[in-house]
Amino acid sequence: MEKYRANVMLCGGTGCIAGGSLKVKHALDLEIKNRGLDNEINVVITGCNGFCAQGPVMTVYPDDVFYEKVTLQDVPVIVEEHFIKGRPVERLMYKEPLKKQSIPLMKDIPFFSLQVLRALRNKGLIDAEQIDEYIARDGYQAAAKALTEMTSEQVVAEIKKSGLRGRGGAGFPTGLKWEFCSKVKGDQKYILCNGDEGDPGAFMDRSVMEADPHVVLEGMIIGGKAIGANKGYIYVRAEYPLAVHRLQLAINQAREYGLLGDNILGSGFNLDIEIYLGAGAFVCGEETALMRSLEGKRGMPRPRPPFPAVKGLWDKPTVLNNVETYANIPQIILNGADWYKTLGTEKSTGTKVFALSGAITNIGLIEVPMGIPLRKIIFDIGGGVPKGRKFKAVQLGGPSGGCIPEHLLDTLVTYEDIVQTGAIVGSGGMVVMNDLNCMVSVAKFFLEFTAEESCGKCPPCRIGTTVMLGKLTDITAGRGKKEDIEVLLDLSQDIIATSLCGLGQTAPNPVLTTIKYFRDEYESHINEQWCKTGVCKELCTFYIDEEKCKACGACKKVCPQGAVAGEKKVAHRIDQAKCIQCRSCYEACKFDSVQIGPRSMRETLRNKQIETPAGKEE
Amino acid sequence: MPRLTVDDLKKIKEEHKATLTLREGGSRAKVNVHMGTCGIAAGARKVMETLLDELGKNDVKDVLVTTSGCAGLCSKEPMATIELLNEAPVKYVHLNEEKMRKIFAEHVMNGRVVEEYALVMGSETAY
Repeated sequence: MEKYRANVMLCGGTGCIAGGSLKVKHALDLEIKNRGLDNEINVVITGCNGFCAQGPVMTVYPDDVFYEKVTLQDVPVIVEEHFIKGRPVERLMYKEPLKKQSIPLMKDIPFFSLQVLRALRNKGLIDAEQIDEYIARDGYQAAAKALTEMTSEQVVAEIKKSGLRGRGGAGFPTGLKWEFCSKVKGDQKYILCNGDEGDPGAFMDRSVMEADPHVVLEGMIIGGKAIGANKGYIYVRAEYPLAVHRLQLAINQAREYGLLGDNILGSGFNLDIEIYLGAGAFVCGEETALMRSLEGKRGMPRPRPPFPAVKGLWDKPTVLNNVETYANIPQIILNGADWYKTLGTEKSTGTKVFALSGAITNIGLIEVPMGIPLRKIIFDIGGGVPKGRKFKAVQLGGPSGGCIPEHLLDTLVTYEDIVQTGAIVGSGGMVVMNDLNCMVSVAKFFLEFTAEESCGKCPPCRIGTTVMLGKLTDITAGRGKKEDIEVLLDLSQDIIATSLCGLGQTAPNPVLTTIKYFRDEYESHINEQWCKTGVCKELCTFYIDEEKCKACGACKKVCPQGAVAGEKKVAHRIDQAKCIQCRSCYEACKFDSVQIGPRSMRETLRNKQIETPAGKEE
Repeated sequence: MPRLTVDDLKKIKEEHKATLTLREGGSRAKVNVHMGTCGIAAGARKVMETLLDELGKNDVKDVLVTTSGCAGLCSKEPMATIELLNEAPVKYVHLNEEKMRKIFAEHVMNGRVVEEYALVMGSETAY
């Protein structure tokens, strides 16, 4: 077989033939022969290339050059330029439409491609204020199925089988909770929704209520059917005005359609739902406190048992579920428990919504399959830590959770794996911290929150969190004592063991995890009076390593005190008498020359600076 | 509105699919401004006003304007999703009045995606 230098694959599909490809073939053969190239270049007619709109089209191998809309006039040019001189004719080469080329597709961006939308399936897609749009996306189909085709027992069994666990934080199996309540005899039962989202850095429930309020109602209708409740309340904090507004609209629309009220969808089942506004106390996210608050009393927890499934709101059998839990229910009823279990792990099925915030590039709301490694969430979906800073830790579960350091980032996000680290999955807040965060201060921040929000009913929480906060304040202010770490650990155990409700039982977690993973920071605060991140103003000295200093002036420009002295080509210096430890210079320096030393350096440097003013040789 | 039956639900679903998915004979484009708390805080209302202003000024009647909640990327709000008939939806980020006017003129009116403001193309799949 003869070996050609180049093969021209000219399309002979109907479209290209209609466009004149056979004439082009004839002209090409002739031209190639005339130029004496017929032993080097072979022209082949191929089947339809699929690019009929641009025909006649042809590909030249081995160059892999694709020509489109080739006319008879182009033939001599192609032969002369490409086949003889080796210069492909750019004018005829295929150009991808520019607009399609440079915008990435969803599958190319991990933020989108790694997410699986179930609870958030209508996120950013439907108009939250139009019930018809919700219905168009299969809305209320699950309620119709549960009310007209299923018995209460079947609904409970399906949810139980799905393995769905409460998304509010504790992760109690939803089906089990429903089963308990459904078996309790009672003339009046209640189905409640917990929208009292209060963790700092958490906004999953708000987003669901704002973007897809009907899914919450539908989940509650199905839950109401399961346990036999005909009255429901959604407890939302008043700080969520948009969520409240859209929920109220949704309730009105559902009532108008007869999807709430008596004889829903002709099934004989009755349920009405009302919104109850919470005043924003963190403790009201705890179920017994929430129910007291709903009764119009001061929101305080009570000991369990009796559990709300037996004695809840107004002492009637009650089920309370979180917003996100309800958002999962309709899809489970529609697609079945087995479908739901296709994602996640054996003990943590399905997906979980997380709110990413803090030192992370993509701040936002995501939904991922359970069992995904934390690292994937933070670095692929979240896009990592911005501004060239280093990842330090991620706080999961807010003030009830704990921080997870870098070396544990391969932990899988499941209820059982996360708890091993000392944190909890919690309601889904993920606050990322970078190397500028002082972990003692982070622990103090969360303790300030829980000490403030403690309802005061039980002493371990009321007094314990205050004492712990006092210790942490001392440590960050330079008054820490050697034994403080042990005292904190001790107190933590006591508070966890003896507090009445989840607030106190989990409040020490941030302290425990920061001591577990960043004990060296506690120790340097206490023993060396040194906060190495420069957050604790009493425990640091900012100074410039004059050998590293490039005299760029970046630090001088940002200093609000005018404390940085130095000119071009002269290493800069911080005047310790003027410095207020705001850390602006440290963050501005690109050469690592601003350093953070222990508190004790301040005096030494100040004395030295009096002797040798900045800019002068020592 | 009368009380619905199960069959009514199905009818509403079929009728309103059109507003969610563009089709021949309906609107030729759909602009969805994301208006969750995050979007509104970042200025989505201004973006929406600008869009309505442009539609009015140009007397455009075949473009569907709608709102929805948080699109998930709060740090890139205000966001809008623009879909032309038979084309993949494009998500725009960090919008303001000026950008909205440009996107309106280029993308909505002339079918040219404004690449510099676009983040991604395509629809998210729900499972």
